[in-house]
Amino acid sequence: MTAYDLYLVSPLLALAGLAMMVIIVDLLTRRTGLLVGVAFVGLAAPAALSAWQLAELVSTGESRLSAQGSVVLHTLSIDRFSLFFNFLILAAAGLVILVSTDYSRRMERLQGEFFGLLLLSATGMMLLVSATELITMYIALELTTLPLAAMAAFLPNGRSSEAGMKFLIIGALSSALMLYGMALIYGFTGSTRLDEIAAALSAGASAGAFPFGSMAVLLAIVLLLAGFGFKMSAAPFQMWVPDVYEGAPTPMVAFLSVASKAAAFALVLRVFYVGFDALGGDWWVLLAGLAALSMTIGNLVAIAQRNIKRLFGYSTIAHAGYILVGVAAVASVDGTATFGPSSVLFYLAAYTAANLTAFFAIVCIGNRINSDEIADYSGMLRRAPFLAIALGLALIALIGVPPTGLFFAKIYVFAAAINTGESLMTWLVIIGVVNSAVSAYYYLRIIKVMFLQTPIHTERVGASWPVNVALGIATLAILWLGVAPTPLLGAAERAVSVLSGG
Amino acid sequence: MQLALFIIVAIFTIGGALGVVATRNVVHAALFLLLSLLGAAGAYLLLFAEFLALVQVLIYGGAVTIVVLFAVMLTRSSEYPRITDNRQWPLGLITALVLSSVLGAAFWLTPADADAERKAPVFTDLASSLFTKWALPFEIASLVLLVALIGAIIIARQQNVVVTDDTSPEGED
Repeated sequence: MTAYDLYLVSPLLALAGLAMMVIIVDLLTRRTGLLVGVAFVGLAAPAALSAWQLAELVSTGESRLSAQGSVVLHTLSIDRFSLFFNFLILAAAGLVILVSTDYSRRMERLQGEFFGLLLLSATGMMLLVSATELITMYIALELTTLPLAAMAAFLPNGRSSEAGMKFLIIGALSSALMLYGMALIYGFTGSTRLDEIAAALSAGASAGAFPFGSMAVLLAIVLLLAGFGFKMSAAPFQMWVPDVYEGAPTPMVAFLSVASKAAAFALVLRVFYVGFDALGGDWWVLLAGLAALSMTIGNLVAIAQRNIKRLFGYSTIAHAGYILVGVAAVASVDGTATFGPSSVLFYLAAYTAANLTAFFAIVCIGNRINSDEIADYSGMLRRAPFLAIALGLALIALIGVPPTGLFFAKIYVFAAAINTGESLMTWLVIIGVVNSAVSAYYYLRIIKVMFLQTPIHTERVGASWPVNVALGIATLAILWLGVAPTPLLGAAERAVSVLSGG
Repeated sequence: MQLALFIIVAIFTIGGALGVVATRNVVHAALFLLLSLLGAAGAYLLLFAEFLALVQVLIYGGAVTIVVLFAVMLTRSSEYPRITDNRQWPLGLITALVLSSVLGAAFWLTPADADAERKAPVFTDLASSLFTKWALPFEIASLVLLVALIGAIIIARQQNVVVTDDTSPEGED
C-alpha cells in the first residue's frame, strides 16, 4: 500500500475514525448537543477529502484518477461513480444525525454508540459503492448491514428487538445466498475481480448458445440477486421491510431507506454493468421481473396500512421497483447504450431528498404525539404547519408530481425503459405508470388526514432548531431538483460513464 | 483408494446433515452438526487443501459447535422444551429437494474445465496474499468485528432496562 493508496481511501479512514471519535466523546460527556455537533461537523472531513478527489479528477481530465490509476489494491475503485454516491451517503448521514438530536434523548446512555454505528454503516456503504471485487463487496455489505441491525434493536421494547432480530437473521440468510452465488462465479470464471469476470464471461458467452453462457452462471446470478434484493428491499425479498420499518428507531429507518438502498443499487449497477456486461441481453429480464413484482406488491399492500412507518415500508418496496426499471434498461435492441444507469442515479438522489423529508417530519411528529398511526395525524396542518407542509410536499414528490425532483426522475427512468425498444420494457413502463396512479391514493390519503380533518388535540407540535434545519434542507432539495434538475443529471451522466468505459 | 475415502467422508457429511434435521433432540442435532462439519473437513483434505481442513476443524468443529451447545444450554428452561417438533418438515423437504435438484442440474449441465490447474496452496503463499492482495478486506473485517462487539454490548445492556412494550396494535399486512 503506497501513500497514494492511502490518499485514495482517506475519506473512508476519516469516516471510520470519526465513528470511533464519537463513541469516545460520548464517554467523556453526556451532552447530546455536543455529540451531534461533533458527529455532524466531523462529516466535513470525509466530504472535503471526497471533494478534493473529485477536484483532482476534474482538473486532470480523468488521466491521473482514471480506471487504472485510481484502483486501490485491485479492490476499490475511486471514480466519479463512487464519488457521486459518497456525497449522497454523506449528505444523508449528516441530515439524519441532525434529526436524531431530539430522538436520541430516549436512548439515554447509548447515544454515542448510535451515532458511531450510523457512521460505521456509512463507511461500509462508501466501501460498497467503490468495491470492484467480490470479497471486498461482501465484507463491505456486512459492515453496512450489521450496524443497522444493532441500531434497529436500539430501543428497549419488544418491537425494536423484533426488528433487529428480523433484520439480522434475514440479512444473514441473504448474505449466505449471495456468498454462494459469488463462490459459483469464482468457480466458473476463476476470479473475484469484476473486470476479469467480465473477460471470462464474454469468452464463455460467445462459445455457447445457452442463456448466460451456462446454467451455473445463471444460478449464480439468481443467488446474487437474492442477496442484492434484500439490500434493495425489492420483492420477493421484502418480508423484513414493514416490520423493521415499524419497530426500529425512526432516524435509523430514514437512513436505511435512502442510504442503504442507494449503496445497494450502486452495487447492482457495478456488478451487472461491469461484471456481467457480456450477458446484458440475458439478465435484464430477471431485473424487469423483480421490478414489476416490487412495484405491484409494494403499492397494493401499502393501501391497507394504518401505521405511517409501515406504509413507508411498502412505499420503499414500490420505489425499489421503479428504480429497477432503470437498471433493467441496459441497452436498446440495436445495441446502443441507454441512459438507464444515469436515470437510476438521478432517481436515487431525488428519492433520498423526498424520503428523508417525509421521515424527518415523521420523526418530529412521532416524538411529540408518541404515535405513528395515520389517524393521529389528523389536523396536523394546524398543530404543526411547517412539518405538515414539508410532509405533504414529500408525499406529492413520492407520487411523482411536478415541481418535484421525483417527477423528472420517474420520467427519465421510464423514458430509458421505452428507449430500449423492447416490447417487454414498454409493458413494464405501463405497469409502472398504473402503479404510480395507485400510489397516489395512499399518499394523498395522508395529506387529506393532515390538511382537512379537524385535530384531536390542539397542542402545538414543534422541534428543536437542528431538526428544523435538516428538514428545511431536505425540503429545499426536493424543490431544487424539481426546478433545476440539469446540474445533478449532468453529474449522474458523467458518473455512469465509468460503467460503460469498463 | 481415493474413491473409497471419499465415500466414507461423504457418508459422514451427508449422514450428519440428515441427523441434524431428523433428530428431535437439540443437543443431538448439535453433535450431528459436528459430525457433518468434520466430514467436510475430510473432503477438503482429499482435495489437498490441508490448511482449509485445519481451519474447518478449528473453527467449525471447535468454536461454532461449542457456541451452539452453549446457546442451547443457556436458553434451555422449562418454557422451552428440549424436544422440538418441526411441523413444517414436508415444506422443508420439498424445498431441499428442489434446491438440490437445481444445484445438481447446474453442476451437471455446466462443462467443467478438466484441464484446470489443480495445485494445493502453500501456507506461505496464503499468508503473503492475505497481507498484500487481500489487505483491504482483511482490514475491513476488523471494523466488522468492532461493530459486532458494540452491537453485542447494546443488546446485552438493554436487559437491565425495564422492558416496556408500549407499542400500538398490530399493523395489518
